[in-house]
Amino acid sequence: MNTLYYQKRLSRNIGDKFFTSLSVICVLIAILPLIFLVTYILIKGGSQITPELFTLEPNPPGDDLDAGGINPALIGTLIITTIASIIAIPVGVGGGIYLAEYSKGGAFSRFIRFGVNVLAGVPSIIAGVFIYALIVSTKILFGSMYSGLAGGMALSILMLPTVIKTTDEGLKLVPNELRYASLGVGASMYTTILKVTLPSAFRSIATGVVLGIARAAGETAPLIFTALFSYYYITGFGDLFYEMGSLSVLIYNFALEPYNAQNKLAWAASFILVLSILSVNIFSRILAAFTEKTKRI
Amino acid sequence: MEEKLALFKNRKRFGIEKNIDIIFKNTALVLSSFVAIILLGIILVVFFQSFESFSRYGLKFLVTSEWNPVKDEYGAFAAIYGTLVTSFLSLLITIPLGVGTAIFITEDFVPKVFREIIGSFVELLAAIPSVVLGLWAIFVMEPFLRAFFVFLHNFFGWIPLFSTEPTGRNSLLAILILVVMLLPIVTSIARDSLNQVPKKLRNAAYGIGASRWKTIYSVILPAALSGIMAGVLLALGRAMGETMAVTMIIGNSNAFSWSLLSPGYTISSMLANQFGEADGSQVSSLFYAAFVLMILSLVVNIFAQWLVKKFSLKY
Repeated sequence: MNTLYYQKRLSRNIGDKFFTSLSVICVLIAILPLIFLVTYILIKGGSQITPELFTLEPNPPGDDLDAGGINPALIGTLIITTIASIIAIPVGVGGGIYLAEYSKGGAFSRFIRFGVNVLAGVPSIIAGVFIYALIVSTKILFGSMYSGLAGGMALSILMLPTVIKTTDEGLKLVPNELRYASLGVGASMYTTILKVTLPSAFRSIATGVVLGIARAAGETAPLIFTALFSYYYITGFGDLFYEMGSLSVLIYNFALEPYNAQNKLAWAASFILVLSILSVNIFSRILAAFTEKTKRI
Repeated sequence: MEEKLALFKNRKRFGIEKNIDIIFKNTALVLSSFVAIILLGIILVVFFQSFESFSRYGLKFLVTSEWNPVKDEYGAFAAIYGTLVTSFLSLLITIPLGVGTAIFITEDFVPKVFREIIGSFVELLAAIPSVVLGLWAIFVMEPFLRAFFVFLHNFFGWIPLFSTEPTGRNSLLAILILVVMLLPIVTSIARDSLNQVPKKLRNAAYGIGASRWKTIYSVILPAALSGIMAGVLLALGRAMGETMAVTMIIGNSNAFSWSLLSPGYTISSMLANQFGEADGSQVSSLFYAAFVLMILSLVVNIFAQWLVKKFSLKY
């Protein structure tokens, strides 16, 4: 009869309904805890924010109720991430330029691309172990053991694959006509790269690099035995060669303290860390969406 | 005129410009080879540092779980077992959830705006640092789930997996926090590979009368399978190497136990816990454990890359 009409009781339609609700359940199970997690961090951490937090040193864990602030850790995170960027960005962008502009898909470039992917998959704690063996235990940096500098180096190993990959992929998106035009009017290869291809890929490379920096800022495992932790203000350049605190290690150390005051400090630090990482992510997403729209026109 | 043309013809770049060009290229070449140098450096350094322990305990290190700095006896079986169990079980939970979510996002059950919001929200979660997840697990998840664990133990205590009384931090909590961490990875990769399946395959299936879910599991999922598999393997590598959240919630006990409700250990949490204050042959043993972890994650990663290359979509 009316077989062309949708029949509710047909077994295939019941089966479809069943699977659809199954996938809805999957989404709910997956999403709800995540929403809960983010709001909890933002509310619980946000309620701990006070002006003194940004200016004081943390007090040593103990029974006193006043935990102090997180100033050294905040500055330490900025310094360590800056060191990591200073190392990883030139090396990564340079390597990416070679892969995208010079290599002709031979064995070497294939090996390097493979290496980039493998390095991206190396557990972050292994980077810490490597820097510990290479720099901390050998005291190669002017006799200092644990130092902010060593921490920055460990982080740079984690940033490097991201930077190379985004540079490589960003440059590959630049149309070849631009290169031909530049070479055709007599520009040399390096002028073409520096004046034509790099600037036109700048925004996509910058987005990727900024996301890489944001990810590195939250890393803990490579820092816990390279930069270690410090309770004291960072006062000068020389402090680079001593133990240096960071927000992520502060969260790790103070979360495991039995005292309430330290735990609150950990929540406040995670609020700052999560808020800055999420805003960088959202901002770069909006920027990327915006560029895509303008490109289409 | 002729003279001028000839002049033009013979005009060459200045030597200095040529040299800059060559220097630029070679600098880029050297910088790109840094990746290989660092990778080989990591492997060699970790291997040579672990040599003392390796020659002393050999492969026995992998199957004994004595870890006693006083008696100088080391074996990492509990940690290796913990690494494998936590990562595999967390993947087992993540795969259906992640793939289910990815299907929901790529199908048109709800308007596109909602799907995009869900998708980008899941991706944003990948950006949350694992140490923050660990903090959350300690203060929110553990108290919240304690009653559930007691229930598990009371009713399923006869299964070895749930045979110990739950007391605070344990392996099951570590597995659950790993699920939270892996979900964004698996979901976004599965979504990308589902999106790459060409529209005409779907239309063809609909055209011969297949229902929506018949189309999904007999046409779209098989076509996207290799991409999903690669994503799953990448997630597995991530789970094995994940340190902070797991260290904070797993309880850190080197005593081997079948039960998921007892405190456990993973290689990375062992490293995070002991590296700072280890000395003597303990350091070498820790390097040995780090070497095992590195080999595990290298194998998984290389296999994932091979899979991507071998079975990438050919439409």
